[in-house]
Amino acid sequence: MFSSLSFSPQLVLSQLVVGLVNGSFYAILSLGLAIIFGMLNVINFVQGALFMTGAFVGYFLLQLAGIDYLYALFLTPIIVAGIGFLIERFLLSRIYKIDHIYGWLLTFGLALMIESIFRQFYGVSGRPYPVPTWLRGTIDLGFMMLPIYRAWVILVSSIGCLATWYAIEKTQLGSYLRASTENPQMTRCFGINVPWLICITYCCGVGMAAFAGVLAAPIYQVSPLMGSNIIVVIMAVVVIGGLGSILGTIITGISIGLIEGIAKIIYPEGSHVIIFIIMAIVLIVKPTGLFGKRIR
Amino acid sequence: MKRKYLSLLMGISLFAQVNLNSISSALAADAGPVKIGVLNDMSGPYADLGGKGSVLAAQMAIEDFGGSVLGKKIELVSADHQNKTDIAANIARKWYDVENVDMITDLTNSAVAIAVQGISKERKKIDLVTSTATTALTNKECSPYGVHWTYDSYSLSNGPVRALIDKNKKWFFITADYTFGQNLQSTAAKMIKDLGGQVIGEAKHPLNATDMSSQILAAQASGADVIALANSGTDTSNTVKQANEYGITKKQKLASLLTVITDVHSMGLNNAQGLIFSEAFYWNANAGTRAWSEKFYKRHGAMPSMVQAGTYSAVMHYLKSVKAAGTANSDAVMAKMRATPVDDFAFKGAKIRADGVLDHNMYLYQVKSPSESKGPWDYYNLLATIPQGKTFQPIEESECYLVKK
Repeated sequence: MFSSLSFSPQLVLSQLVVGLVNGSFYAILSLGLAIIFGMLNVINFVQGALFMTGAFVGYFLLQLAGIDYLYALFLTPIIVAGIGFLIERFLLSRIYKIDHIYGWLLTFGLALMIESIFRQFYGVSGRPYPVPTWLRGTIDLGFMMLPIYRAWVILVSSIGCLATWYAIEKTQLGSYLRASTENPQMTRCFGINVPWLICITYCCGVGMAAFAGVLAAPIYQVSPLMGSNIIVVIMAVVVIGGLGSILGTIITGISIGLIEGIAKIIYPEGSHVIIFIIMAIVLIVKPTGLFGKRIR
Repeated sequence: MKRKYLSLLMGISLFAQVNLNSISSALAADAGPVKIGVLNDMSGPYADLGGKGSVLAAQMAIEDFGGSVLGKKIELVSADHQNKTDIAANIARKWYDVENVDMITDLTNSAVAIAVQGISKERKKIDLVTSTATTALTNKECSPYGVHWTYDSYSLSNGPVRALIDKNKKWFFITADYTFGQNLQSTAAKMIKDLGGQVIGEAKHPLNATDMSSQILAAQASGADVIALANSGTDTSNTVKQANEYGITKKQKLASLLTVITDVHSMGLNNAQGLIFSEAFYWNANAGTRAWSEKFYKRHGAMPSMVQAGTYSAVMHYLKSVKAAGTANSDAVMAKMRATPVDDFAFKGAKIRADGVLDHNMYLYQVKSPSESKGPWDYYNLLATIPQGKTFQPIEESECYLVKK
């Protein structure tokens, strides 16, 4: 079942570092999801599929246009945000007035369609995406050799999450966003173009998913199943963290990654299930989530 | 009284229907064209192992044979079972019962192979398993109509374990968590223990997992001499690539228990160099293999794996036996297949044993370093040949009921 090593510090620390890498992805993706839900009242199930699309766009940029990783990191979110713009303007904007379960259904259907299109052409096994040459190599941490690329992932996603938090909590645009979430009618009265703000929010949320996709490509390999594998975990993270605070979502994402890492030492087969057990417990004990605020 | 009559009538009609199906398909076997089915994974982690290349190999065998046998055209069907046993079983049943397929080959994925061999046995149809490793096919699940053609867990473990065991006693397994991986691990583990080694730990992963970090780190922390990979296809490629990222190969050896040339191609020589494993076929082994492989390469775009060469060999031997037997009837064809040694560029002299194993040579290869390789696909150095008779599980140890003790 698992190695007969029992909790050597080397094993625990190294699994925690791997858990931190996974947690970084969970944090970025669930942040995008939480922001979109907060603003649009839409459970954006297509977040996973757009994460996968981002990875594929990065792959295409490299294969077809020779655009390497660093430029892809900036270009891909813009391209996928464009796709998000089309989704928001032509599909989602029509269903804001009705129950948010329909938003979930619509985005679920979209996710299935997008994944099927990629599956048709690319099968289910991954396409290789090489680690950029300037990020290759390992750092000797003593208890393990950490590939530089994974340290990069932790760094970049932390910066991304903090930048998002800062933008929403500390800037004027962020204040408009928060106001529109709380009371769209009142905010409109102040002359703020709420539909436009909603569109921008959606594009940014989706762009974050695509950014995470390019970041994930060298580690997880570019595969049409990337999205569906991760979206259930993201949903669980968002439920556990609650939809009240940005910082709360980030912390939950990282914590879930760490818990998964520890579970892999104790009972690897249960490392995936533990997330949902925690989700079930949180739903019973505190339904609004650990950092959530009650919806009025 | 009426009710009893009714249920008796229903029972008889059901009985008749079931038997009429098999009677009609037995008649159809001689009435219609000879149909061969290639059932494998065409879009998942094993797509390069057999996949569309296997279909091409079968096609090439049919073309080289002449395109027709017993005055009838040979037909080829193929399907993707997506590594799902229920889908594979449904396709096999449909092929046998409705489309009158006479023989199914390839059958990548051990769980699928066991299921389809069971269905083939029920319907008295031949299945030639040219991929998958599980030794169950020639032990508990053996069939008088089934042949395990290219390799199995025993012959795959034999080479690498014996090559490394003298200087490396502590082994750790990274295993694909389903029939294939578990069977491969238990077969190799038994061999390791019998030769004086020790299995100090294991880490399992689901099929088609992409991130092997935790398994690799567990292997590293264990301090084993050898990390044996009881997985295949893209799982092996990912494990080897990531093992290199984590600097595993600096202190520990990697032994793959199932790698084919397409895996080495996708890993790249930088990652794969030094890797040791057994294969039944290498395109560059001799003039005969080169000639066929170049033809295959022109049509497929990649050099053939041992699975694809095995599919060609199996289909060719089957067709020759059908011709010699004068009928597509499974019993007659199987008798001819067993009586005649295989004769082609890859498996010359191979013979089918009573338990269904095709006894043939296996070859121990080591992947070249980038500087040794003269070009794309020039990847292997031959370390040893394990001769026919010594490659597979001794027939006395087989649990197959067909082996007379």
